[in-house]
Amino acid sequence: MKKNQKTPHLLDTPLSAINVGLESFSEDLKSQNVATLHIDWSPPAGGDPVLGDLLSKLGA
Amino acid sequence: MTFLLNVVQHNSYADSVALMRLSDKISGSPGIKEAAIMIGTPANKEILANANLLGGDGQSAGPGDIILAVRAVDQNTANRVIAGWESELNKKAEGLSATEIWRPKTIRGAFEQQSDASMAIISVPGPFAIAEARKALTRNLNVLIFSDNVAIDEERAIKEEAKSRDLIVMGPDCGTAIIQGKMLGFANSVPNGKIGIVGASGTGIQEVSCLLAHMGHGISHAIGVGGRDLTEQVGGISTLTAIDLLEKDPQTDHVIIISKPPSEKVCSKILSKIERSSKTFTVCFLGSPLLQLSSNARQAKTLESAALQAANQEIKPINSVSKNTGAAKRILGLYAGGTLAAEAQIILIDHGFSVTSNAPVPGALPIGSGNLQHTIIDLGADEYTQGRPHPMIEPSVRSAPFLKACDDPTVGAILCDIVIGNGAHANPAGLLISLLSDLDHPPIFVSVTGTNQDPQGRDSQMKLLESAGCIVASSNAEAARMAISSILPV
Amino acid sequence: MEEIGKVIDQANEQALGVLLSGEPVLVDVVLAADVIDGLKEKIILHAGPPIEWNKMCGPMRGAICGIAVFEEWASNLNEAEKLASQGSLEFAPNHQFGCVGPMTGMTTASQPLIVVENQHYGNRAYCTINEGLGKVMRFGGNDQTVLERLSWIKNELAPLLGQALRRASGINLKPLIARGLTMGDEMHQRNIACSSLLLRELAPHMAAVASDTETLARVYSFIASNDQFFLNVAMAAGKALTDPAYGIKGSSMVTAMSRNGTDFGIRVSSTGDRWFTAPVEMPQGLYFPGYSESDANPDMGDSAIVETIGLGGFAMGAAPAVAGFVGAGAASQAGLYTKNMAEITLGENKSWTIPAMDYLGVPTGIDIRRVLETNISPTINTGIAHKEPGIGQVGAGVAKAPMACFQKALRAFAEQMGVK
Repeated sequence: MKKNQKTPHLLDTPLSAINVGLESFSEDLKSQNVATLHIDWSPPAGGDPVLGDLLSKLGA
Repeated sequence: MTFLLNVVQHNSYADSVALMRLSDKISGSPGIKEAAIMIGTPANKEILANANLLGGDGQSAGPGDIILAVRAVDQNTANRVIAGWESELNKKAEGLSATEIWRPKTIRGAFEQQSDASMAIISVPGPFAIAEARKALTRNLNVLIFSDNVAIDEERAIKEEAKSRDLIVMGPDCGTAIIQGKMLGFANSVPNGKIGIVGASGTGIQEVSCLLAHMGHGISHAIGVGGRDLTEQVGGISTLTAIDLLEKDPQTDHVIIISKPPSEKVCSKILSKIERSSKTFTVCFLGSPLLQLSSNARQAKTLESAALQAANQEIKPINSVSKNTGAAKRILGLYAGGTLAAEAQIILIDHGFSVTSNAPVPGALPIGSGNLQHTIIDLGADEYTQGRPHPMIEPSVRSAPFLKACDDPTVGAILCDIVIGNGAHANPAGLLISLLSDLDHPPIFVSVTGTNQDPQGRDSQMKLLESAGCIVASSNAEAARMAISSILPV
Repeated sequence: MEEIGKVIDQANEQALGVLLSGEPVLVDVVLAADVIDGLKEKIILHAGPPIEWNKMCGPMRGAICGIAVFEEWASNLNEAEKLASQGSLEFAPNHQFGCVGPMTGMTTASQPLIVVENQHYGNRAYCTINEGLGKVMRFGGNDQTVLERLSWIKNELAPLLGQALRRASGINLKPLIARGLTMGDEMHQRNIACSSLLLRELAPHMAAVASDTETLARVYSFIASNDQFFLNVAMAAGKALTDPAYGIKGSSMVTAMSRNGTDFGIRVSSTGDRWFTAPVEMPQGLYFPGYSESDANPDMGDSAIVETIGLGGFAMGAAPAVAGFVGAGAASQAGLYTKNMAEITLGENKSWTIPAMDYLGVPTGIDIRRVLETNISPTINTGIAHKEPGIGQVGAGVAKAPMACFQKALRAFAEQMGVK
């Protein structure tokens, strides 16, 4: 799995955001020149709690 | 006779703000009694049921579906409304237009595209927030969780995980942060400086950072930790991490900690950490009794005194205003910001008033049935915000209680907050004063939490309020004191 | 919990590796009865997961009657239908016997089958020869013209093709498909480049072994006039590539996707031969003049094996022309479909790259977990058949694998992994 090689320091590492949820947050950040990528998210397994639970246990 | 229509879009998701905007557009249109578009979670279905908007189809919807609900004067009107909504929602479903941009669907997909990502900002519905946070943490991202309605044991688990990876989870229910000069969530444009804030409360961070700004002091960083971080169950994990971060930050000289009173064990963990620190601290646990602090820390009872202390200013003695000697009428506070409501309660209590609230601080009482009660309402509390936008986003939520208060002969003074800045309403002062035209009302005491660099402009918001006859104070604490003065016999 | 995640990741890495390291070579044409044990009297292999006569759609029944007559198990279509409805004919999925077939996918003892050998693992897969367009058995056609064509394919085309392939020592399909991708093919709805490249490679060998020029001319003409000739080759290649990936314990990678016009079935590596089925969906697409949605047959065929190996709808970015053809939107957005598929796959195939997407490898190895997590179902570019047997293709569109298949698969997979 691709992951950050260096642990980002909250107050030091230049901010680069992935936004999951309300799109307005993404717009706010972009207007402050923070590199932001907005995700077109939808609830896993269409919101089914049993399948969602299985998924999280199966390393998805 | 009205006609109720429910249509369910299966396996559909859209962000809750977008859905609200869509339903708000037609609310209040002729022929529409009530309308809502909501994701089919059990909580939302209950809200629809309570609003008499839930029919058989809507009842069968699940959390992965969207319910379109409308109660109209007749079937034709209802059908038209639903059709209009459906075409809006389905715009995306028809093939991809030539201007469409690629949008990743998962954190994994996003990370492929932006591998220098340092942080994930999560505002999906509560039941899904922790799973997303976990995906972010395993990819070495710091996390801000705006979502609420997260189980507290999950909050604990995800914060443990963050700690083990040297990362921080800000939240859940974290609405405000200022990191490296960038505003996250509801925040104000304040200057850069040497004071750091660790806040379990959004409006607490906002009021303190703005008061400091008025005094010419700036913020290094404001780290939100979520409303429950300092409870026994969560153990203050994010707060402790935040203090560590500010400890190591060369820009930060002084740290203000803002929260409701922590649990006893958590409190002593925090105080020990403060004791070992090389920085100086202002500890503002609103409603907490007197604490035994190390020499590098001082306690502040209110947000205002926290700001004054941190700026090394003189603190107005509490007794600058006479104590309660028997007021004839009552004070009614209608607040969008929960912590501002808490501060108002503390000031009233300190002046010898008995206060009731829907979110009582230690020393205040829950709202009772008696008439002459000084009451402070937090309109952002859960019972007011189920399925509706927070009053900071949609101040009109305050309108009905406000008009009622203006009409209430027992009310001698009304207390209000106006919070501006990133994410807030475009003109909250304008909205408030539009309710006042040609209206008889008791004196209204109000403060504006914000700065002139905010898009709404603090000065212009204050002028608007003054022009409508409101009494504008320099801080929320000051507004409370002025309200007290006004109802005491001379 | 992290332990299970690691086990699954490792198994998936292995499964994807098997898929990507296959070397499919088109080596021969053989008679079905000669290579498939169990193709005895009165057994008909069909596309899709198992299905009974009374659940079959119109085109499937038409094809079954036609092939029964071709095999001389019945003297006419009516008799054939009686045999079928009485239970005197046996039906089984192509997949179960190492075969695949497009649309109705009829495979029986006397059919000539193209052979693709996976020379990295030694396994072989089979498919019938593509009959062409219009009134053909794969769309349920079963009259004299259909049966005569099948005879001709068996008696003239197949032997010549087989000899040519043996003479050429087989045609390496991996590089041929790679070239096709750079020429606008996606190997499901668009095969014209690969069909041309194949003919180009075979032509000298066919000319060398042909007994006379008339036969040669007929065979050339048949192949050259069929833009979709390569589809069946691509399908056999898909089967040859996926078969060695079956049964890798812990792998959530899809090894087959297939439809019979009634049900859609998928198979997952860890659970081996098990089918996870749900009712097929209707393709969404564009119709040829004179036809509309009301004429359409539900989704059908083993051809979704092509998407299972990263081609077809997954490679839409290589075939912008297909986007309009299947009603997927603007040609300039074809790449977004490929990017979407990358959200649900384990990796990319660097042997098969898409120039217009900066040589992105086609997204390969569908992960059932990711399908459910993202609510993105595999996108299949498919032809749409007329619901009446024997009329032919009436349009093309995009079909989606039903979510229910993946839901069932996940539950079974979780149970197998001991996760509740």
